[in-house]
Parts: sequence; structure tokens; C-alpha cells
Amino acid sequence: MNFALPMKHNRGKALVTHAVLMTYTLIALFPIFVVIINSFKTRKAIFNDPLALPTPETFSLVGFEEVLLRSEFGLFFSNSLIVSVVSIFFVLLFGAMIAWALTEYSFKGNMLIGILVAMGIMIPIRLGTVSILDLMSSLHLVNTLWALILVYIAQGLPLAVYILSEFIKQVPKELKEAARCDGVGEIKIFFTIIVPLIRPAMATVAVFTMIPIWNDLWFPLILAPSDGNQTITLGVQQFIGQYVTDWNSVLASLTLAIVPVLILYIIFSRQLIRGLTSGAVK
Amino acid sequence: MTTIRAKKAFPWHIVFFLGPGLLIYLTVSVYPLLDTLRLSLYNEEMNGDLTFTGLSNFSKLLFDVVWSDPFWNATWNNLKFFVVHMLVQNPIGLLLAVLLSSPKLRMRNSYRTLIFLPTMLSVVIVGFVWQLLLSPLWGITENLMWDIGLGNYFDAWLGKESSALFTLSLISVWQFVGLPMMLIYAALLGIPDELIDASVVDGSSAWQTFYHIKLPLIMPTIGMVSILTFVANFNAFELIYTVKGALAGPNFATDIMGTLFYRTFFGFQLQQGSLTMGAAVATLMFLVILVGVALYLFLFQRRVQRFAL
Repeated sequence: MNFALPMKHNRGKALVTHAVLMTYTLIALFPIFVVIINSFKTRKAIFNDPLALPTPETFSLVGFEEVLLRSEFGLFFSNSLIVSVVSIFFVLLFGAMIAWALTEYSFKGNMLIGILVAMGIMIPIRLGTVSILDLMSSLHLVNTLWALILVYIAQGLPLAVYILSEFIKQVPKELKEAARCDGVGEIKIFFTIIVPLIRPAMATVAVFTMIPIWNDLWFPLILAPSDGNQTITLGVQQFIGQYVTDWNSVLASLTLAIVPVLILYIIFSRQLIRGLTSGAVK
Repeated sequence: MTTIRAKKAFPWHIVFFLGPGLLIYLTVSVYPLLDTLRLSLYNEEMNGDLTFTGLSNFSKLLFDVVWSDPFWNATWNNLKFFVVHMLVQNPIGLLLAVLLSSPKLRMRNSYRTLIFLPTMLSVVIVGFVWQLLLSPLWGITENLMWDIGLGNYFDAWLGKESSALFTLSLISVWQFVGLPMMLIYAALLGIPDELIDASVVDGSSAWQTFYHIKLPLIMPTIGMVSILTFVANFNAFELIYTVKGALAGPNFATDIMGTLFYRTFFGFQLQQGSLTMGAAVATLMFLVILVGVALYLFLFQRRVQRFAL
């Protein structure tokens, strides 16, 4: 008796828990689901029965055809890809190098540089936009992808240094000392011993760096808004602003913007969630 | 840790490691921020020359009605935007995290992954998606509300001065609730089982265990979530710009500091953009964020330290 009661109670509790979590999961997914299914329907079906799945009669790709015809979606996509990949590469490389220098060597100004970099985690780089635009125009980089790449490297470095430092601190002293006894140079130690060891942490940093870059509207809008240099986020924003009454195109362009992120998320969600929950980002 | 070799010769390797990253960080992040603070003390003449005018930009922004009305309106709206996040997003995040961390929960990973999904999407996409869903033209929300008998309460919320800001805040909450959920969930997992077991053995109920054991232990995380929310909210721009445009209508009802900054810097319709006034708005945003971070560091961090393990 005494044991049966709590068990019954637990089952009821589990039921409530699942009910709440499932309800919230539905709330989180419903809007995305509605947009994706309707992007594959005819205009009439979109309005007649928005919640129905596309059937052979209502199936239509007219929205996608319009989008691909009237905008340079492929170009926007590759712009975003170039900007993200190049930025992430340098954030990881320079971030790991700074993290290594700050954790491994004691030198004058170590503390100061550490604090300066840490401040970048809390203070948004956006606040310096006025002067960033000034700087980029004097470097003749306005309306180039390089302007975005430079800004995103500076934006991503602080968190990268912070996370990678935590991992570099855990590398056993013996490994480094042994290499130093063998006369291996500091730079070689970093690239051949440290970098391979912190690779898992780098994957986490890569995901964290990628999301804000891919989704950013502010800097593309200000630094590279003109034809040919838009990122996907800006491209979609401009396209929808232009064709706001063409429901097929709007839904299709939203779907085109969502699906790559969904695919990446499915592939990397383990990495990302492990990074978020491992305490690496405390 | 410095090697003997490094003490003798100039430590070139340190320069090698720090140089490239710091160069970019200093020129593209630190310098522009400082330069923005400097520019806020100048006035831009018609011919583009800058003259030093001290704090006059700030006195304009804070006291000259032409500037101060929009400024206080945006500040006040931004505060409301933040309060909605604190009162809706973070409690829901906490609730979901507690439920997710219940022992022997099935499908834990699926829930976690799916609830976090909207956070991954671009704010621009989320803005458009909700604009469509709430549109009276399409009527998805309206029909759903009729289905559950609440049809009379439907309204074009995004278009009304009284409800637009609140609706946008909730859209943002919908998107970002996964972040507090994940961070608090991680903190809950980090609580040693012995503490929980001890409290259960001592006869405390689930609620008592949560309130007296778990909650104090995750306080540092809740504090961190709060300050992250604060910084993100006072830096927000995309959602308002996407759904309501740079004018943050109707009648500036959804104007926040980010959109005000954008308009002041780039100009809109009748008003010319101004480099120096834009810098002044950015400087005030910087101060607001600085005050928030300082409050967090000095008050919150210190108070919860004694609970930390």
C-alpha cells in the first residue's frame, strides 16, 4: 500500500509533465509547420483551408518558381555561406590563438587584454555601428562581403576566447612540458598538440558563432545592402517587402530560408545542445 | 609558466598568437565603440565638418521635446519589451526546464530539440511568419480562436497602438524561450543527487525540494539569464524593423532603442540622418546596458554567491 501510492502519484505526474511539454512543443512547431505546408499549395488552397496538407489537387510550386525567377536566392545563399564559413574559420583560429596566449603565458598586460576581450561578450558590437560604417568606408569595404566578415570576426572572438580558454586550461601540463623538453617550438606545440585536443570545443564554438551571423539583419542592412552582396536574411527581407501581396512567393521564400537552417539544426543539434548544457557557456 | 627562453628573448610567439585576433578586435570592435562615444560630443555641420559641442546632443535627446519625446517613448517601450520577457519568457523557460529535468522522462531529447528550434531561426523569418499567422486576411489565428469559442476576442493585434508592442514582445518570447530553458535545465542537471535525496528523505514535498534546494542553487543561472535577456532586449531591432518597418508604427507604438538608433543615424522620410545624434543615441544605449551589467555584477552576483556550490 505504502509503496503503491507514490507510484500512482508518479504516473499522474508524468502524464501532466508530458501534456505540458507536448503542448509547448506544438506551440513551438505549429507556425513553422503552417508556413511550410502552405508554401506547396495553390493560392486558392492557401486561403480556403490553411491547415490542410497539400493534396495532388492543391499541390503547386508556383511560389518557388516565382522566387527563384525574380530574386537571386542562390546568390544570397552563397553570400551567407561565404560570410559564415570565412568568419567562423578566423574566429576559431584567432580565438584559439588568443585563448592559448592568455592562459599559457604570463606577461605584462595579460589581465588587461583578458578583461578587454571579456567585455566584448556583454557589450554588443552594434553600438559602434556609426564608426564601423565610417571605418569601412575609409577602407573602401562598404558593400563588400569583407566588411561583414571583419565585423563578424570581431563579434565572435570574445565568446570563442572564453569557451576555448576553459578547454585549454584542462590540457594536461605534462603534454606541453614533454614537447618543450624535446625542443619543440611554442607555435608548433599550439598547432600540433593543443588544436587537435580542443577540436570538440571548436565545433561548439562554430555552431554558436554561426547562428548570429546567419541570422543577422543589422550589419548586412548597413554595410552591404546593395545588389549582389545581400545575405540570405537581408535578401528575404527585401524580397518579401517587395512582393508582400504575393502569398505564394512570400511563403515559398520563407520556406527556402527556413529549410537549410532546419537541416543544419538536425545535423548539429546534439553538438549545440551539448555545448549549451555542458556548462561550457556559463 | 613562461619558458626560460621567453624571458631572455623578446616573446615573439606571444605577439604571433595575440596579434592578428587582437588587431581585428581592436580596430573593428573596441575602436568604433570608443569613437562612437567621442562622436556623441560633436555636432555635424552642413558641410560635414565636426565641431565639438560637449554634452549638447545629450541635453537635446533628454530635454528638447523634438528629440526627447521619441527618446523617452522608445526607452519606455523598450522597458515594457524587457518586462514582458522577464515575466513571460523566463518563467516559462524555468517551468519547461524543471519538467525536462524530471527523472526518467521519456522523449526528453525530442522535446528539448523541438522546443529550441525557433531560437535557431532568423528573427526576420519569425517576424514574417507571425505576421502571416496573425493576419486578419489569412485568418488562421482568427479561425482557431473561433474553434475554441474565443473568436470574439480576435483583433488585428499587430496593427493596434494598444496591443502591437505587447504582441511583438510575445512573438519574441515565443522565439527565444528555448534559451532560458536550456541554460536552467543545464543548471538543474548540475545539482548533485545527494542534495535532492537528502531533502526527500527528510520528508520535503516536490515543491519544497524545488523551492528550498533547487531554486537557490540555480539562482546564479537565473541571474545570468536575466542579464542576457536585458542586453539582448535593449539591443533588439530586427523584429520591429521586419514587422513594422523603421517607423515602428502604428504611431511609434513599437519604437524601441534599436529602431530609434537606426532612424536617428540613417534618417527616415522627413528627418535627415545624423552621424553625431546617432552616436549620442548609441552612447545612451551603451550606458543603459552598462548600468544593467553593473547592477547584475555588483548586486546579484554578490547576493547569490553564498548559495553557490
